[in-house]
Amino acid sequence: MTAVAASAPARTSGWTLAWTFVRHHVLTVYALLAFTYLMLPIGVVIAFSFNHPQGRFNFVWSGFTLDNWRHWDGVPGLRSAMVLSVEIALLASLVATALGTLIALALVRYGFRGRGATNLLIFLPLSTPEIVLGASLLTLFLNLNVVFGFSTILIAHIMFCISFAVVTVKARLVGFDRHLEEAAMDLGANEWATFRKVTLPLIAPAILAALLLCFAISIDDFVVTYFNAGPRTTFPLFVWGAARVGAPPQVNVIGSVIFIVAVTGMVANVLAQMRRERSATTA
Amino acid sequence: MTFLHRHRGLTPYLLLAPGLLYLGVFFVVPLGFLAYQSLESGNFDVGYAFTWAWGNYWDAIRGYRGHFIRSLEYAGIATALALLFSYPLAYWIAFRGGRWKNLLLLFIVAPFFVTYLIRTLAWETILADHGLVVRVLRDVGILDPDGRLLATSVAVVAGITYNFLPFMALPLYVSLEQIDHRLIEAAQDLYASRWKAFLRVTLPLSLPGVVAGTLLTFIPAAGDFINAQLLGSPKQHMIGNVIQSKFLELTDYPAAASMSFVLMAAILVFVAAYSRAVGTEKLTG
Repeated sequence: MTAVAASAPARTSGWTLAWTFVRHHVLTVYALLAFTYLMLPIGVVIAFSFNHPQGRFNFVWSGFTLDNWRHWDGVPGLRSAMVLSVEIALLASLVATALGTLIALALVRYGFRGRGATNLLIFLPLSTPEIVLGASLLTLFLNLNVVFGFSTILIAHIMFCISFAVVTVKARLVGFDRHLEEAAMDLGANEWATFRKVTLPLIAPAILAALLLCFAISIDDFVVTYFNAGPRTTFPLFVWGAARVGAPPQVNVIGSVIFIVAVTGMVANVLAQMRRERSATTA
Repeated sequence: MTFLHRHRGLTPYLLLAPGLLYLGVFFVVPLGFLAYQSLESGNFDVGYAFTWAWGNYWDAIRGYRGHFIRSLEYAGIATALALLFSYPLAYWIAFRGGRWKNLLLLFIVAPFFVTYLIRTLAWETILADHGLVVRVLRDVGILDPDGRLLATSVAVVAGITYNFLPFMALPLYVSLEQIDHRLIEAAQDLYASRWKAFLRVTLPLSLPGVVAGTLLTFIPAAGDFINAQLLGSPKQHMIGNVIQSKFLELTDYPAAASMSFVLMAAILVFVAAYSRAVGTEKLTG
């Protein structure tokens, strides 16, 4: 930044320099305010996980306590809802990422008829409002007399995760060097060995990213699940039910834990990436 | 493998088949069922029968025009607010973030790491009648002494804006970050003022991000019912609330199904009008 200011061309007058200075800082001040706004509700969620509410409603600050964290599953139904959410998210992200990776491989590496139609089919679920996705699956299950429960939730979650997995893996595959595969084949590896020893390790980071994204989307989903859960309760459904009668502070505890785990993971990832980049430039 | 070697052209289709089959069965076919259901008549107790009941659509539009209009209105305002809010922020990160860019980007996505419903409940806490925001606004005189924010359209639009912000900010950032700084320098070397260089170079180059962000924000916002439910009152209910209650509480499936299609049609009309206004080549480019 200082280098830019120092090398500013001499022809700029004092006024433009002053204007530049102000603009630099106006934007920075704005960014700080914007970050505060973005973080405000998150701060509220974390703060109120330590609240000691007087009545049913956890809206007014009335004293600090660690009890909610100590007895995080002290509310009936919370633990089982959380377990169901994690189970669904694990299974859905695995299946959706597998299906999505195959589609992404086909789209990036092969020319074939029907490519436009395939892209459209991937894009459509992303641009359909969730309520329509949920409602249409509901009518399918109703008309086929499917019993609502674990399987219907899982089917729904895999469905809306596939497109996200395709998009994520595809983004990384585009810069992929196909010569590496050709080299392996020239050296006598068959297609399967090439895929296992060359392709898979190279696209592993993309697959991991897709898995994490699908997991995050699945565990947060409310609308589609609400339409297709039947008697079962995932964590977001639990929050919805609890909100009507006053959500207990334990809900904030779980929310905070999910947030802290996700952010820690992301920060670690970003810092590792920065370190790699720095060692790459200094080497 | 020898089979694959002989039929190399088949490989892409074999890779596509499982995933596309899945989307076919659990995305396309259900839409067909929804369309079928939307043309049925009858009631829940005696059962529904397919009768080409186009009247359902007419009833949906006539009976719930207010809800449809409100949904598009709230979604439109929230999208515009999100754009105004996110653009300077995305610009700041892209042009001033330096090597901290990716870390700063985390702040933008951070709201997504708190469960949707929980962060909406947090807004309920922030905007509550006895909360700090309402008290300050009352003291300053912007709100009446007994005025409130909850159960008003302000709260609902604010909730929608916040909840879908990352959808707007991320594509904006991506398109701003890709801009070649030399182009802006060239404009300034050619005696464009900073502001003019922004208007003539940076802004047009970031339009793909604006378009992507607008669509990614507007579409889910128009179908949302959570913000209206938790932060509003029945007066602020959107079409999503109606669809939800018709499906899950009143079990009036044909009405709910036809409303879902009217919502999709309304969104399509918006997207078409919008892409025409901005220029279609920018949508795909």
